[in-house]
Amino acid sequence: MSENNGFKSGSNLEKVLRAGHFAVTAELGPPKNADAETIRKKAAILKGYADAANITDNQTAIVRMSSIGAGALAVQAGLEPVVQMTCRDRNRLAMQSDLLGAYALGVRNVLCLSGDHQTFGNHPQAKNVHDIDSMQLVQMVVGLRDKNSFQCGEEIKGVNPRFFVGAVENPFGDPFDFRPYRLGKKAKAGADFVQTQLIYNVPRFREFMRRVVDLGVHEQVKILAGVGPLKTAGAAKYMRDQVAGMDVPDEVVNRMEAAGKGIEDKKEKAAAAREEGIKVCVELIEQMREIPGVAGVHIMAIEWEEAIPIITERAGLLPRPVVA
Amino acid sequence: MIVAEQKPIAEIQTLIGDAKRVLVVGCGTCVTVCFAGGEKEAGILGSLLRMSSQMDGNAKDVSEVTVQRQCEWEYLDVIKDKVADANVVLSLGCGIGVQALAERYPNALVVPGLNTTFMGMLQEQGVWVERCAACGNCMLGLTGGICPIARCSKQLLNGPCGGSSKGKCEINSETDCAWQLIYDKLKAQNRLHLLMEINPPKDWRTSRDGGPRKIVREDLRLPAAEKA
Repeated sequence: MSENNGFKSGSNLEKVLRAGHFAVTAELGPPKNADAETIRKKAAILKGYADAANITDNQTAIVRMSSIGAGALAVQAGLEPVVQMTCRDRNRLAMQSDLLGAYALGVRNVLCLSGDHQTFGNHPQAKNVHDIDSMQLVQMVVGLRDKNSFQCGEEIKGVNPRFFVGAVENPFGDPFDFRPYRLGKKAKAGADFVQTQLIYNVPRFREFMRRVVDLGVHEQVKILAGVGPLKTAGAAKYMRDQVAGMDVPDEVVNRMEAAGKGIEDKKEKAAAAREEGIKVCVELIEQMREIPGVAGVHIMAIEWEEAIPIITERAGLLPRPVVA
Repeated sequence: MIVAEQKPIAEIQTLIGDAKRVLVVGCGTCVTVCFAGGEKEAGILGSLLRMSSQMDGNAKDVSEVTVQRQCEWEYLDVIKDKVADANVVLSLGCGIGVQALAERYPNALVVPGLNTTFMGMLQEQGVWVERCAACGNCMLGLTGGICPIARCSKQLLNGPCGGSSKGKCEINSETDCAWQLIYDKLKAQNRLHLLMEINPPKDWRTSRDGGPRKIVREDLRLPAAEKA
């Protein structure tokens, strides 16, 4: 038994998942400035409505407050963070030293990603690092915890960082047939939980999960289905047409378009679209709960944290469990 | 081969400045094959510089010469007098050729006329593609002969990222997803098991990250006496 009472990290997310509850994670996007107050405000909105909140790491390759800095502020504000870490901006030295710092600041969950390519962001001229990939990052963070050693094999003397380790998977990325196996690789690398890309095409996700369950991967790693409320029909169309690896069926776009139809007042029109977006999201969550192998949902309300209390309430996900 | 392309003419003119006598040095190897810096391109660029300098009312004396390989001393030695005679040497070699010229002729002002772009090949007429990043530790045996270091935008070693869509890379629809190609190839060869293994972090010391590289082959070196 470790000092964590048998838990790997002792994080709230780990406890909720281990207890078999249907988990809820949300997302908190750090600001494009150094204002701590933004984090506190967003944390106050999410607190009590999610078991933990992802703090994005220079999302879409745009410079924002660091996920660890913002994560530490979330800890102070009483919201458990899932600190995201991409392989784009740092080599293995910087990553490990940041992980030591993050743990010292109270962070207990880390999500490992490749990271959007910098051509999409506000510094397309930047060098990309990719010293290691997301699979190897999972192995590295697990090694810090379970092998008590750095990636090079050197022993960590003193306190070692013991994170609950997350990874991501895009069920809609190609090649589709390889995706369940890739998820299996992440489980093999030691990931404790996985959050998926936004799901709008439920039949396709169901097929993906059927294959994942056939492989038994859902028993090795907790799978949180990615969902999110659409704000406008434009956003739905953009995701359908412009974002590589996203699958937004026309039916969803049509629903978003129909929502605002016939409403003259601009504010009311926008509100109607947002309401429909929330409705679609709640329906998605209800469907996710029925899919074998799904252990929770990751709700991505991008720059719309206010939607989380509404969605979790309507989806019957409240109150969030308290696990000792 | 090494693939290069010519710099914009305005940049070349800036690099030459008001030098009166200009020697354009073409290279007969890689950059000839990719139509960037061979005898033909040296001739065309030389003419262009001559004509434009005449039109500017400050006629330059531009001459051209093309050597077999700019990256070997023996081929550079034969142009000694021409180099000595020039105020500026405009190299149409790759970055290696430019540096070899500059090193062989320390008193000469050597400037580059090309941008060296990558190691690659002709895919179809007029289209060159990158194929190797010279990482110094080839893994093509595990990836169906398709290099994820040179051809995946994120140099991933364990399969495609979430941005792989319909065979293309997330960065643009012109770029093939290297991992889709690898997957298809290994599937056709019945070797998909290779993708189920987790490739460990790469040792980048053999790549540029280990500092400038050098190969010393003792079996090929000349005895000290012969070198002198």
